[in-house]
Amino acid sequence: MTRTIAEINEKIRKGQAVVVTAEEVIDLAEKKGVAKAAQEVDVVTTGTFSPMCGSGAFFNVGHSKPRIKIGGGRAYLNDVPVYTGIAAVDIFIGATAIPDDDPRNRVHPGPFNYGGGHVIEELVAGRDIRLEVTAYGTDCYPRKRLQTWINLKDINEAVLFNIRNAYQNYNVGVNVSDNTIYTYMGVLKPNLGNANYSTAGQLSPLFNDPYYKTIGIGTKIFLGGGIGYVSWHGTQHNPDVLRSDNGVPRRGAATLAVIGDLKQMSPRWLVGTSMLGYGATLSVGIGVPIPILSEEILRYTTVKDEEIFAPVVDYSEAYPGRSSEILGEVSYGELKSGKILIQEKEVPTASLSSYPRAVEIANTLKEWIMKGEFLLTEPVAPLPGVEAGITFKPLNERPIEDNRRI
Amino acid sequence: MAISKRVVLHFPSRLVEQPIIYKLVKDYNLVLNILKASVTPKEEGLLILELSGAREDYDRGIQYLTDIGVRIQSLGQNIMRNDARCTHCGACVVICPTGALTLDPKTRMVNFHEDKCTACELCVLACPPRAMEVHF
Repeated sequence: MTRTIAEINEKIRKGQAVVVTAEEVIDLAEKKGVAKAAQEVDVVTTGTFSPMCGSGAFFNVGHSKPRIKIGGGRAYLNDVPVYTGIAAVDIFIGATAIPDDDPRNRVHPGPFNYGGGHVIEELVAGRDIRLEVTAYGTDCYPRKRLQTWINLKDINEAVLFNIRNAYQNYNVGVNVSDNTIYTYMGVLKPNLGNANYSTAGQLSPLFNDPYYKTIGIGTKIFLGGGIGYVSWHGTQHNPDVLRSDNGVPRRGAATLAVIGDLKQMSPRWLVGTSMLGYGATLSVGIGVPIPILSEEILRYTTVKDEEIFAPVVDYSEAYPGRSSEILGEVSYGELKSGKILIQEKEVPTASLSSYPRAVEIANTLKEWIMKGEFLLTEPVAPLPGVEAGITFKPLNERPIEDNRRI
Repeated sequence: MAISKRVVLHFPSRLVEQPIIYKLVKDYNLVLNILKASVTPKEEGLLILELSGAREDYDRGIQYLTDIGVRIQSLGQNIMRNDARCTHCGACVVICPTGALTLDPKTRMVNFHEDKCTACELCVLACPPRAMEVHF
């Protein structure tokens, strides 16, 4: 059995495509067998909704009269500093940026109530945002100061461009020390008080296409409630890791860089997020459709929580010290049962990734496709796979000697 | 009939220096467990109590508190979940010490059982989208 994306799109246009979510396909394949299921199903939809720090947005705010060159100056959106080192009125806000006067961790753990992710959420919600700029002034851009309200609908472009999202697997964070720690994996209580994980498991996009046989550059996706595209492989993309027999990585592996027009997205799927004692970020909703081009592709989408394993990592010493030591491996089935066994201790689990929201994304994408509103795209280039020879490099420091100053 | 309830007491500043809790025990025969207290001299005081005793004593005790000017709220009204912000990730369920926040194993949605909440507020800052709000 084989089919092409063009054939699937033809069925979508006619409203005849058979679409199921990555959850539904598990039962379907169990009942009917993989071969039969592959014949019936055209598309499997996936979803994930998690804090994703590698997120941000570019804006072109338009030219003031007289003009101001924000580029090379300093600019803030609701007191959150934005990156200005590009063209005159283009700026970039990163999800983890925080106001200059945020108390940070001076009183530990700092709350990090507001940052770049929250600005993005508020913009998408249609709220007015304060833009404040100081610039150096040039002959063609004479102005040195600007303070104005801006609104998403009034600016030229607003592009969500996330350089690393949708991690294919992730650590389970625990704490073996005697004190509570505050991490990007949430609050971790002492002496293995809890174990936090952060993927949607069987619904997560890259678990359902473990070797990137369909997802590539140019793949059209659900992004932040609207439409987006896979623009590149994400940073730290590292496909050549330990894998199970079903092909699913047992460690953090592939990542996606994604892009889309912020103006058609929704604050339900881009949520400003605060990690106590760690920082501000953005929770992002992503859903990827997987075209069932062959029986093999369908088989990958039938992966279930019990068959996906993640490493348990201590965030009190091993992680900060960049030790590769793990405390064991657990399946998402075990994680979702509410407790796991680590070093013979029963440890309660919690998720940072919202499974109900992942289900909602997969269902929304399914509806879009079934209604004929969402056609699939052919990737223009594949993501680097296992064979690409990528290694995940650490930063090996080289001391800078005084006599080497330029 | 015995009764046990969790209540939030707001004391106006004029009452802060009076031994009101002593009276609840001595004159109204109530058993109490202090869950949270914030008393600053010359300012409003706040006390979260679990009050137990005979129904009649409990009612008389509450009447006494009301008469002297203590404002009484039931506990469930104080910690609220902003449902528009909750994403049901579940980060709170391992933080809540009383089992007031639990995950439904079927839907994987987070349930908030207000009757089990002791208003310790641990969830408030541990919630990534900041959906848990304090309304004292």
